[in-house]
Amino acid sequence: MGGHLNGNHLLFLGQGMLWTFGLSVIALGGGGIAGFIVALCRVSPSRWLRIASGAYVQLIQGMPLLVIMFLAYFGLAAIGVQVSPLAAVGASLTVYVSAYLGEIWRGCIRSVPRPQWEAAEGLALSRAQRMRMVILPQAVRIATPPTVGFMVQIIKNTSLASVVGFVELTRAGQIINNSLFEPFLIYSIIALVYFVLCFPISRLSHRLERRGGAARETLTPA
Amino acid sequence: MPEIAAINQKANQAGIGPATAPASPVVMLKDVHKSFGSLKVLDGVSFEVGRGEVTVIIGRSGSGKSTALRCIDRFERINSGEILVCGHRVDDPGLDLRALRQDVGIVFQSYNLFPHLTIEQNIILAPCAVKRVPKPAAKELARRVLAQVGLEDKLHAYPEQLSGGQQQRAAIARSLAMQPKVMLFDEVTSALDPELTGEVLKVIERLAADGMTMVMVTHEMGFARGIADQIVFMHRGRVHEAGPPEMLASPRTPELSQFVGAGL
Repeated sequence: MGGHLNGNHLLFLGQGMLWTFGLSVIALGGGGIAGFIVALCRVSPSRWLRIASGAYVQLIQGMPLLVIMFLAYFGLAAIGVQVSPLAAVGASLTVYVSAYLGEIWRGCIRSVPRPQWEAAEGLALSRAQRMRMVILPQAVRIATPPTVGFMVQIIKNTSLASVVGFVELTRAGQIINNSLFEPFLIYSIIALVYFVLCFPISRLSHRLERRGGAARETLTPA
Repeated sequence: MPEIAAINQKANQAGIGPATAPASPVVMLKDVHKSFGSLKVLDGVSFEVGRGEVTVIIGRSGSGKSTALRCIDRFERINSGEILVCGHRVDDPGLDLRALRQDVGIVFQSYNLFPHLTIEQNIILAPCAVKRVPKPAAKELARRVLAQVGLEDKLHAYPEQLSGGQQQRAAIARSLAMQPKVMLFDEVTSALDPELTGEVLKVIERLAADGMTMVMVTHEMGFARGIADQIVFMHRGRVHEAGPPEMLASPRTPELSQFVGAGL
């Protein structure tokens, strides 16, 4: 029972919030790049690449993020590879996010109608050009809502980093609560901070959807 | 084109260059077989299209006419037979697909314009990316081909802002911008009402008058009769009857007779 919530506590929470933010950036940056590669492999003309990337996705999606973090931090240490909590958490989130985003984006690429591929093919565009100029721009529009939904999920999931000793927002809240014992107040503050982090992203998604769909909305009847 | 003929002749004598004699057809199918699984779609199809000729393929749904057309641009691989298009051996597994597709333009039933690009961007995409045409020249080209199909004013519109007929004309313009040696039309008016069909057919007629080599699959029998140099009637995966458009007036086989009768 260590008194009342004061400036130092808030500063501590602020630091935790910065880590939550930082981990989210690492997860979505690293996982986004790796997920993009996974998605391209999943739709590759090479059978081998499709099978390998499919197996990767299945394997990672079958594991809880918590276990991946345990493996990366304690598991690797046990076989002699010492990694910092930041490296372990960053790698775990990247791997985890890449499997999900890779699969979401594979579906978006696949959902661009087949005739669009054929039209691009008929114009003699190379496979890379078809992908870059015709398919991906259309896939991005389809991908925006599920991707943003998943981003929000990941921001909240960074709280699992506390298990390897990482003091992010949730862990910071726990520590403060251990001394103040004001769980309702403190966890309400934490919930609010998570909301403040996630809400703008949801808003952004709506705006992106509207901009991407501009041509669609000014449709004139045929 | 005497000088081209002479060059071809020289090339043939020297044993180099494509194996096309000057008078050889632009498109040639010889005994083409194609199955989807156990379903035989093409069962020994042969026909030829000469330079500047318009060949119209007719037949019932499921007769294999669209598949035959798609084989010409290698959208379908054939099981056996020979296809020669503008000197490209289409049945050769080592075929340079992009070279073939620079010589062949294809227009589909569903237009397939790229919805995220304006009409101008749709048109200049391939010339810029494939032929490395500089952007200003490509834009000039876009204006020209759009004028050819009567859509100069739609340069900056998005496909969805156009009617079906306009979209199909824009798709034709997009193909023309690649300056193909032969154009393929796969039931390009089947999704359009009669009025819009008319405006698209007019564009195709003008192309034919300008000497474009064309192969088209269509259900517009009147149009086929007017424009075709050669009619190919397909039935059950075979060329059942082929000849000048006059053959529609006096069919030799009961199948064509029935088909024409039903169409009138």
